[in-house]
Amino acid sequence: MTQTEAREPLLHVENLKQHFRINRNYTTKAVDGISFDIYPGETYGLVGESGSGKSTTGRALIRLYTPTAGKIIFDGRDISGNMKPEDEEYLRTNMQMIFQDPMACLNPRKKVKEIIAQGLEIHHMYKDQADLDEKVNTILEKVGLSREHATRYPQQFSGGQRQRIGIARALVLNPKLVIADEAISALDVSIQAQVVNLMKDLQDELGTTYLFIAHDLSMVKYISDRIGVMHLGHLVETGTTDEIFKNPVHPYTKSLLSAIPKPNPRVEKSRIALTYDKKKEGVDYTAGTAHQLTETHQVLATDEEFERWIKDTSY
Amino acid sequence: MTAKKDKKDRVLSVRDLNISFETASGTVRAIRGVRMDLFRGETIAIVGESGSGKSVTVKTIMGIMANNGKIESGRIDYTFTNEKGERETVDLTKLSQKEIRYRFNGKHIAMVFQDPMTSLDPTMIIGKQIMEGMILHEKLSKAAAKERAIDLLRKVGIENPEKRFHEYPHQLSGGMRQRVVIAIALACNPDILICDEPTTALDVTIQAKILELIKELQRETGVSVIYITHDLGVVAKVADYVDVMYAGRIVEKGSIDEIFYDPRHPYTWGLLASMPDTDTNSKRLFAIPGTPPNLLEKIDGDAFAPRNPFALAIDYKTEPPMFNVGGQHRVASWLCDPRAPKVEMPDQLKERMEKMRKENEGI
Repeated sequence: MTQTEAREPLLHVENLKQHFRINRNYTTKAVDGISFDIYPGETYGLVGESGSGKSTTGRALIRLYTPTAGKIIFDGRDISGNMKPEDEEYLRTNMQMIFQDPMACLNPRKKVKEIIAQGLEIHHMYKDQADLDEKVNTILEKVGLSREHATRYPQQFSGGQRQRIGIARALVLNPKLVIADEAISALDVSIQAQVVNLMKDLQDELGTTYLFIAHDLSMVKYISDRIGVMHLGHLVETGTTDEIFKNPVHPYTKSLLSAIPKPNPRVEKSRIALTYDKKKEGVDYTAGTAHQLTETHQVLATDEEFERWIKDTSY
Repeated sequence: MTAKKDKKDRVLSVRDLNISFETASGTVRAIRGVRMDLFRGETIAIVGESGSGKSVTVKTIMGIMANNGKIESGRIDYTFTNEKGERETVDLTKLSQKEIRYRFNGKHIAMVFQDPMTSLDPTMIIGKQIMEGMILHEKLSKAAAKERAIDLLRKVGIENPEKRFHEYPHQLSGGMRQRVVIAIALACNPDILICDEPTTALDVTIQAKILELIKELQRETGVSVIYITHDLGVVAKVADYVDVMYAGRIVEKGSIDEIFYDPRHPYTWGLLASMPDTDTNSKRLFAIPGTPPNLLEKIDGDAFAPRNPFALAIDYKTEPPMFNVGGQHRVASWLCDPRAPKVEMPDQLKERMEKMRKENEGI
């Protein structure tokens, strides 16, 4: 993306916290104070191991949870805390989600047509029945299915086709932001590429913004303009895709990058993945503050850590 | 076994295996003529999408095929040293599931499953789960078994094994659980270790560690390993030989170098090209069009033909035989017939090959 700095962010997240109280003595801090911006038309990739809080972040943003603290500004409207009815309406129509498991996220008792039309019906975004059918058929064709598919049930489709239905359902309301939570990880390799290409094509055509949550770094690199790396509820590093891949600063980012398998056997056989142990490194996420490396690249560190890590980078 | 002396020690040989499943909607021909050899200390990776038959193949070897499955023809010869110290070869397809279970599973052929949370018993301490097989198969005393279990835990890289011995699976992290599963699989010194997507449920950072562990243990014990995976990164790291499966058939097989540096089958091209690596800059990913065939229907000709941009007229009529393209490299594609037109692999893959060649010069 060029010149993202000059534009207003579509989504501004500030110090977002999402805690889950397990019992009187124990609270899981799934997301513990993260801040980032997403600009219109770009793809922001969120990566991290399981349990790092990346899915929780996605779910808190679309308000499937009520965030514990922090601010979420979506297109100029505050959607954290208690929303005004018109803000909620705006959020529900302009932010959509694609889920991980295409087998589980579609209602097996509803026809594809009904699944896709549900959002339009709830928000009264159609003139008459003919208009509704037209909208459903248009979006079906856009995601590479045909109108004959509209009257079938989800179980009559393969995994890749179901994920296309999930994408159609998300895009039919013409949302500004789509959160794709591990949208391709349940699919077969040969189908993954099809779905990623589809998502890219639709972005070019409709200008949709994506928040792409995944653990497959090579796919994230391919699709994202900017990347945020999460670990244990903290956003440890964020920057443009090039900055993260060429100049990683945080040791966790480095270990993640070193773990990417390479499809070259001679290189792969000799590759040793770096290990990252938070305790051994003595990193305390809560003590760190965001250090700006460039306008877009920032890393979570204390001043002392920052000095140490930056030595062997090109900054 | 044939009279021909093999230079290497053959452990397993699968010949013309055909398996079908009776389902409510008809007969599914899941495996169609699979041939495979496994030698001592070697690693084979079976690659393919879901439904390609890779899991069915190994489940048959383990004798844990679903009840509606039927072995139509073929044999699975397993060669091992029996209790009297003699070499013995049995055809696993002739034995009942029960017999395989009592005589071979765990003791000679062991398996690591995909999800360690579901393959461990949540109500039993892990130490006991490791000891079970040893006590059953090798009639070890409890004390001896415990000693060996702790030893195994140490071997698979679990710190403080004496304490961990008494813990339950839920007290361990995902990576540690998979290490325990590997310890259980290796408890009776098996000849063959089957790993069914051993790292799919694990994080990227832990994946590499588990694969390195299996490799390390393989060097120590000389066990032969069969990997089932769809992740070519995993294959590149561990395998000596690769079998690419599609719709119940092996469409390309060969050594790891032959498959990765000189792939011949369009399906293998598609698999390799559709996986982005961190240097992929092309605007679009290469995608194999369409979806895998429905094995309920009878397949005329090459099963891959409808998705194959290079399909020839003959592909729709006759199933291609295995062409020998030199070395150990075999390809089931009419494109390898001398009369076939020359086709080039997709550009994205060509770039990748070029890049790999450069990388390898640096080593």
